[in-house]
Amino acid sequence: MLELSILFPSILNGLTTGAVYALIALGLTLIYGVLHIINFAHGAVLMIALYGVFFLNAKLGLDPYAALPVMVPGMFALGYALQRFVIGRASHGKDENILLATLGLTLVLENFALYAWRSDTRTIETPYTFSTVDVAGAMISTPKVVAFFGALAATAILLAFIARSDLGRAIRAVARERQGAKLVGIDVEHVFAMSFGIGLACLGAAACFLLPAYYVNPQVGNGFVLIAFTIVVLGGMGSFAGALLGGFIIGVVESVGGLWLGESLGQIGIFVIFIAILLFRPQGIFGART
Amino acid sequence: MIIQQRRRKFLKQSAGLSAAAAAGTFGFQGIAGAQAAPIKVGVLHPVTGFVAYSGQLCRFGAQLAIDEINAAGGIKSMGGAKLEAVLGDAQSKPEVGVSEVEKMNEAGVSAIVGSYASAICLATTQAAAKYDIPHLVDVGVADQIVERGLKNTFRFGPGYKVITEAAINDLHIMNTLARKPAKTVMVIHEESLFGTGTANLLASQLPGMGYQVLEVVKHANPTRDFSNIVLRMKALNPDIVIPANYYNEYVLLVRTMKQQNVRPMAIYSVLGGAASSFKFVKELPDVANGVIDCNHWYDPKDKRAIALRRKVEKINQFFTYEVYLNYQSVYLLADAIERAGSAKREAIIDALASSSWNKHFMPYGPTRFVNGQNQGAQPLVLQVLKGDIRVVLPNSYAESEPVFPWKA
Amino acid sequence: MKTLYAILVLCGAVALLPAFVSSGVVLNLVIMTLYATLLGQAWNILAGFGGQYSFGHAAFFGTGAYASAALQVHFGVNAWLCLPFAIVCGAAVGALVGALSFRYGLRGSYFALVTLAFAEVFRILANSVKFTGGGVGLLVPLKSSALDFQFQGKAGFLYVILALTLAGFLLSWWLKHSRYGAWLTAVRDNEDSAAALGVDVFRVKLQAIVISAGLTAAGGAFYVQYFQYIDPHLAYGPAVSVEALLGPIVGGLGTVFGPLLGAAALKLLGELTRNLMGDAPGVSLMIYGAVLIAMVTFLPRGIGGLFQRLAAKAP
Repeated sequence: MLELSILFPSILNGLTTGAVYALIALGLTLIYGVLHIINFAHGAVLMIALYGVFFLNAKLGLDPYAALPVMVPGMFALGYALQRFVIGRASHGKDENILLATLGLTLVLENFALYAWRSDTRTIETPYTFSTVDVAGAMISTPKVVAFFGALAATAILLAFIARSDLGRAIRAVARERQGAKLVGIDVEHVFAMSFGIGLACLGAAACFLLPAYYVNPQVGNGFVLIAFTIVVLGGMGSFAGALLGGFIIGVVESVGGLWLGESLGQIGIFVIFIAILLFRPQGIFGART
Repeated sequence: MIIQQRRRKFLKQSAGLSAAAAAGTFGFQGIAGAQAAPIKVGVLHPVTGFVAYSGQLCRFGAQLAIDEINAAGGIKSMGGAKLEAVLGDAQSKPEVGVSEVEKMNEAGVSAIVGSYASAICLATTQAAAKYDIPHLVDVGVADQIVERGLKNTFRFGPGYKVITEAAINDLHIMNTLARKPAKTVMVIHEESLFGTGTANLLASQLPGMGYQVLEVVKHANPTRDFSNIVLRMKALNPDIVIPANYYNEYVLLVRTMKQQNVRPMAIYSVLGGAASSFKFVKELPDVANGVIDCNHWYDPKDKRAIALRRKVEKINQFFTYEVYLNYQSVYLLADAIERAGSAKREAIIDALASSSWNKHFMPYGPTRFVNGQNQGAQPLVLQVLKGDIRVVLPNSYAESEPVFPWKA
Repeated sequence: MKTLYAILVLCGAVALLPAFVSSGVVLNLVIMTLYATLLGQAWNILAGFGGQYSFGHAAFFGTGAYASAALQVHFGVNAWLCLPFAIVCGAAVGALVGALSFRYGLRGSYFALVTLAFAEVFRILANSVKFTGGGVGLLVPLKSSALDFQFQGKAGFLYVILALTLAGFLLSWWLKHSRYGAWLTAVRDNEDSAAALGVDVFRVKLQAIVISAGLTAAGGAFYVQYFQYIDPHLAYGPAVSVEALLGPIVGGLGTVFGPLLGAAALKLLGELTRNLMGDAPGVSLMIYGAVLIAMVTFLPRGIGGLFQRLAAKAP
């Protein structure tokens, strides 16, 4: 069952699937790293983003990759508004309130989608839906290869931004020491909202890369939430490189685990890793030990 | 303070509800020359939550039938009494289904039609049994639903044991007709009740008919990626691939197969989630072509079915089994009420139990319920040919010859 | 003392309900509210009093449910006897999760996430193991006799769930007035200070999770008797974990009546939204979600907190 001829493509599949997971986790890790929010609404927002890509394609004929310049800023604006006017207000800084607020938000978003767009599953057709790329003999689906490079690019952009820009510095300051940042005059509320916005912008990109190989319906986000959390913890909360690497690792573990234990039981690998990381190295791969 | 408030609230609520129930059940029948009291029918489906898509189609089918029956004059033996739908949303959860049954009971329903998903049906039929409310199971294929000895439960369509056995037999017939080119199969099923049950039956019966089951692959709901499963398929090279899963996973699976150029002699699904779906055929014609499915289906030569299909498609709905199974379950109920001449629950149960209704357009013959299961119920084998879904087996209902092996 | 009287009077009043109310709808609503209260009380013990927020209480619920169902289905054990067994199994899982998590010092979000992961692991296992019926689940045979923990009417179920919630109330009351409870809240308020004061933090937390898990498992066993069917998704899915935590947060963490207030408020909210906007799919749940967000925004300390504020303002 673990012959090389299957193992090699399986690992490649895992890497490309993991890339999409990483794109989803990038946003989540920023949100957690800066705002210390476990954003349960992340899956629901991904779903909204996927609908966005779908309708841009269905109504305007826009190719999902060409939709990137629309989705990324659009989701950023949505994120900024959500944090500034809904979540920030609701949280009063208490963890359990944020939990409830994001749960409530999930309910609202999922049922809004159900009401507005019905519950049936939508797919899109693109010229490259069925094409594959030959990687040393393994046929890997083209949209997934594109997603792979997309994830690398997104991580690189985010890393550069965080390291070099003023806002990036402010974000790092707020993430490390909220009170101190306030004292030196950083507008913390603004930084929170910007961070949330960037986090959701990543989801916008993720949706563009995900939809060609997948589908959308009001419940689609649920399948990604737990995996995204696992990756964030594995990579280290707040670390972009960690989210990328964590995504790859989880993707490969899921893939190989599926080969070895069967697709249903193989899922267990993800959560065993999750538990192991939390117990033995909770700061994750790239996190700093606090 | 709180305690007294709670008590008061409950007493008020219960008084109100009891009054409503009394008014409902006693009604105003027997007032000479006046409009006959409507007969309340509970229409209970998961219209929100995970299986909302199917639940909504179910509700649509039931509502369609109710409207038609009323337009045609209602229940004649009860003075033209109209059917009144009491809608319920099970929210894709058994607990919610049960509380809806409670409400329907107090609203004075004479019967309930629902609840699509097997897990929900198990709970709602039980809850209805406590009040002797006849419960027609519209789809729910789990065999346990009709194996508990509940007198109030009636299922018009087949359960998965019957469906799977028919699927296996027809597969063998199809293979034999083509001179038995296929010898190996691979089963891919979703992990819950429907998929696992179907796969177990397949795995135990296929070898006896001369087929080697290369592998049975169980996958989660949802599964985000089928690349690995298709990889295994490529390596094993089964002659026939047998999927048993829901729409989303089915679509991903066949798309991935096409992408990886995996072309078995047939994709032969059992209760395939997308296979016999017009939506699938319309939206993904490239992958849908040639797919075979053993599923609920109507008699393709029946004029009523054709007329209804046209009517449904004219209002831009898909003519799916959720729609017509519910539609006919309501008509079956109406027939029972007509014969019973009464809206009383026990009378309807007796009428259903002795029912031999033939005015439907399913390939079942006249209804005959044993332990709540309609004995003649059977699935049909369909194939997507030239952008349309056609019945290919059994011969008595076939519209076209099965194209097997499939040459892409 | 006042609280104790209130508990007893409340439970007494509910116990009398079947004598006055025959409406299945109302009785079912009361039963489901008490069931949600029970789950909330259990969660509250660990989170409200102990400060450890679990996102995976389904792990304990499902274990109790499966323990009870499996014993009945595979070994024909009487359902009443299954109840204590279910509680013990649940408590054992609690001990396992607690021992691992607390031994490695997991707190806050990390603890929450690890409980979530455990629940998922159990769900996946339940899907694959014959003992739990795999994906098919377990159907408990219909017996309809009080001797078999199945009742023809609702009253029997009401009494059982009432007894369980009474136990929950008494446990919460005990936590408010006992030395153990004081240690627990000390750990909640400041773990390091508590340790410095000589509290055996690990043991206190472990005991809390064991009690919480056992009580949750009792809820699981009750669920199986009331609905007679369990599958991996119903047992270990996130819906149960969410239901367990919503009530106490809305009603007021770390209070005796918080879980009840929250459960009742949420159930009523659910009924209201469904009745007002029943037919258009999704609208009622949208409103429910919006109200949740509003509740959190304007009542940050839950309903219980609101009463406390009002009581404080009263002359």
